[in-house]
Amino acid sequence: MDVPILIDEGWTVAGRHFRSRLVVGTGKYKDFEETAAAIEASGAEMVTVAVRRVNLSDPKAPMLQDYVDPNRYTYLPNTAGCHTAKEAVRTLRLAREAGGWNLVKLEVLGPPPTLYPDMPATFEAAEALIRDGFEVMVYCADDPVAAKRLEEMGCVAIMPLGAPIGSGLGVQNPAMISMMIEQAKVPLLIDAGVGTASDAVIAMEIGCDAVLINSAIAQARDPVRMARAMRHAVEAGRLAHLAGRMPRRMGADPSSPLMGLIR
Amino acid sequence: MQKSLTLILNGESRHFDAPVTVAGLLANLGLETRKVAVERNEEIVPRSTYTVTSLADGDSLEIVYFIGGG
Repeated sequence: MDVPILIDEGWTVAGRHFRSRLVVGTGKYKDFEETAAAIEASGAEMVTVAVRRVNLSDPKAPMLQDYVDPNRYTYLPNTAGCHTAKEAVRTLRLAREAGGWNLVKLEVLGPPPTLYPDMPATFEAAEALIRDGFEVMVYCADDPVAAKRLEEMGCVAIMPLGAPIGSGLGVQNPAMISMMIEQAKVPLLIDAGVGTASDAVIAMEIGCDAVLINSAIAQARDPVRMARAMRHAVEAGRLAHLAGRMPRRMGADPSSPLMGLIR
Repeated sequence: MQKSLTLILNGESRHFDAPVTVAGLLANLGLETRKVAVERNEEIVPRSTYTVTSLADGDSLEIVYFIGGG
């Protein structure tokens, strides 16, 4: 019997097609060698990056671009640390000049300890960025009303948190995320909260288009191995989503026939 | 007599010999133009104009690059 070739079709955001449904962050690694090795192992094609002032007292210090080639990976510049629309627009205008592309990740965060998405500030920044020609993938609350509004404003991807940034608590609200997926007309990614491979599987099983992971890989005891685990988890979760799980039932149903038992 | 000018670079005051362009400044600082982006008085300086953009006394510049982030 021929086994059908089970190749995932990949996903598309703002006209760019990606085979890998895993997007990885580049922060919190021990060094650039480890960053590069983990990203390679993850199979990701898109990576998030931050924009910061150059250290003028050490201009020859190694740079991320020397290890993670922007010609090989799609850099997704973020607005981490920005608390207003103005700061977000300034930061991403600089990123656009440094990298020459429009696809960006908007995140405007509230204060610690939750760093929960500040939705009023996110709306304002999204509007300003879209007006300025950016294609905005937006980090947001697991709030279907807010997500719909962001989509209607023209955001190219909706990225609700699974749990607070860096918490590793997993997908805390899968029922609401599922409903957000059903209503979304643009890709929906879980961004933040994934702690280990099973969390990534759950995100993909409920139907996310992709998952964005940083801390769960970078802060694992062995980041490169965890990166590979996440790659498989995302693939497994996607295949399970496409395959369709069996119905849950209360009680047992034997797997072996009861006919023909010896007496 | 050579004139000097003061620039605010990433929040720090520095003195340079005038005249200086953005390209000249980056070379002086030892930075590769293709790895950074420059904002002058809160306006982006397009990379294609670095060699013809002369800086004025008191200009405030932000020079940024990509670092690891989530």
